[in-house]
Amino acid sequence: MKHKVATTVNGHPQEHEVEPRLLLVHYLRDVVGLTGTHIGCDTSQCGACTILVDGKAVKSCTMFAVQAEGKNLTTIEGLAHDGQLHPLQQAFWDEHGLQCGYCTPGFIMAAAYLLAQNPNPTDDDIRKGLEGNLCRCTGYVNIIKSVKSAAAMMGGATEKAGERAAAAKRS
Amino acid sequence: MIPAAFEYSHATSVEEASKLLDKYGEDAKVLAGGHSLIPLMRLRLAQPKALVDINGIKGLENIEVKGSKLHVGALARHVDINNSHVVKDNLPILAEVAGEVGDNQVRNMGTMGGVVAHADAAGDYPTIALMLDAEVVTNKRTIQAKDFFKDLFTTPLAVNEIVTEVVFPVANGPHKYIKFRRRLFDWAIVGAAAQKMNGGWRIGLTNVGPTPVRAKAVEDALHSGAKVEEAAQHASDGLDPSGDLRASPEYKKHLARVLTRRAIEQAG
Ligand SMILES: Cc1cc2nc3c(=O)[nH]c(=O)nc-3n(C[C@H](O)[C@H](O)[C@H](O)COP(=O)(O)OP(=O)(O)OC[C@H]3O[C@@H](n4cnc5c(N)ncnc54)[C@H](O)[C@@H]3O)c2cc1C
Ligand code: FES
Ligand code: FES
Repeated sequence: MKHKVATTVNGHPQEHEVEPRLLLVHYLRDVVGLTGTHIGCDTSQCGACTILVDGKAVKSCTMFAVQAEGKNLTTIEGLAHDGQLHPLQQAFWDEHGLQCGYCTPGFIMAAAYLLAQNPNPTDDDIRKGLEGNLCRCTGYVNIIKSVKSAAAMMGGATEKAGERAAAAKRS
Repeated sequence: MIPAAFEYSHATSVEEASKLLDKYGEDAKVLAGGHSLIPLMRLRLAQPKALVDINGIKGLENIEVKGSKLHVGALARHVDINNSHVVKDNLPILAEVAGEVGDNQVRNMGTMGGVVAHADAAGDYPTIALMLDAEVVTNKRTIQAKDFFKDLFTTPLAVNEIVTEVVFPVANGPHKYIKFRRRLFDWAIVGAAAQKMNGGWRIGLTNVGPTPVRAKAVEDALHSGAKVEEAAQHASDGLDPSGDLRASPEYKKHLARVLTRRAIEQAG
């Protein structure tokens, strides 16, 4: 039997009839049409599918769409505003935080959660905060740099980051 | 993979959940955090005909101290146990263990009740529950931890029985849980826990058998005055762990001894 599920995805209300076995990630990709959220494994280990559910980082492959009833979902598509990249997106670009880019949406969403909890993380905090995400291109060093740089941009903690943010705005 | 089809219902009370489970019988399962069940369903290792979602049941997420006991609701998430001041003040080892279960995303969803009911040999809470003589409370009865973890993935829970809370003793003396793994988010290859309580030590081991293990021989040796190093040698007494991709039985026994020593030495 199909169930009605009403959610808010990146600020837009959505309402659909879905089968209970539909995974949230398939709902986002195939029903809502937002393919930025990726699927990298069958074992809930890679984190490529990470989104925010009511502000919490969740692996959307490990939740059923019916469980998202009434929830506020944010995907990678919801981060940029008015053509302006989110500081995390800009930082991943600037610091070469991606190679093939497959893991990137998941890393950025997990990092968005991390920075919401801890705006000024150390390298170790970032490693621990992103432990649920795997990058097969193994560009972890630049991923950590990217998150640090985004943290600085968002908090304006260091001068260098401030300059970079200004440069990002200009370009 | 896409899980097999199932009926979904959402319970708003324990009674309602129990009735729904009765209705579907053997083929139904409780859905809590979903972080053991959904991976199994995706691999089609589990194909329940019906899921009863208990996430909407109010009150099951509560964490509170009553007298000398810490009550942790079945729906308390790992992240909340990790951050809870009540847990940090009254059973800090549990807060620390919660912070080492899976990763941020897993901790945002997974629950106390789910880990206990699932009874994975590598689950972290069952070790703490067993060594501290915790009680598993259901909608029908109270079960001592030592009678609860019967075998691999095997508990005395009936099909319509729902874990409502796990009750731990308050213990805020020296403690340490050491979880040995290759990658941060992994399950324990072997884990060892040490907690000083009522003047003695409680020692528990994770993933050295089908169920958690309380290392009584180590506790007794410490009690009769043995040095930590000597006492820890008894951590592998009577163990018969099965080997897996990550560790041979001999290596697991070695880890049990080494990690037990470190846990006692580092307990603070
Ligand atoms: C990548 C990854 C890493 C992980 N690492 C660890 C780890 O290191 N240590 C660890 O301990 N766990 C780990 N887990 C498992 C995680 O902690 C799960 O959340 C937990 O095992 C199950 O809890 P759940 O709430 O998600 O339960 P679910 O998956 O919803 O349920 C699990 C089982 O318990 C039953 N159940 C759930 N709640 C109840 C209840 N209240 N009453 C009766 N039956 C119930 C369900 O029917 C099902 O059979 C990991 C999981 C993942 C995906
Ligand atoms: S696709 Fe969700 S964790 Fe890999
Ligand atoms: S950039 Fe290729 S998987 Fe991470």
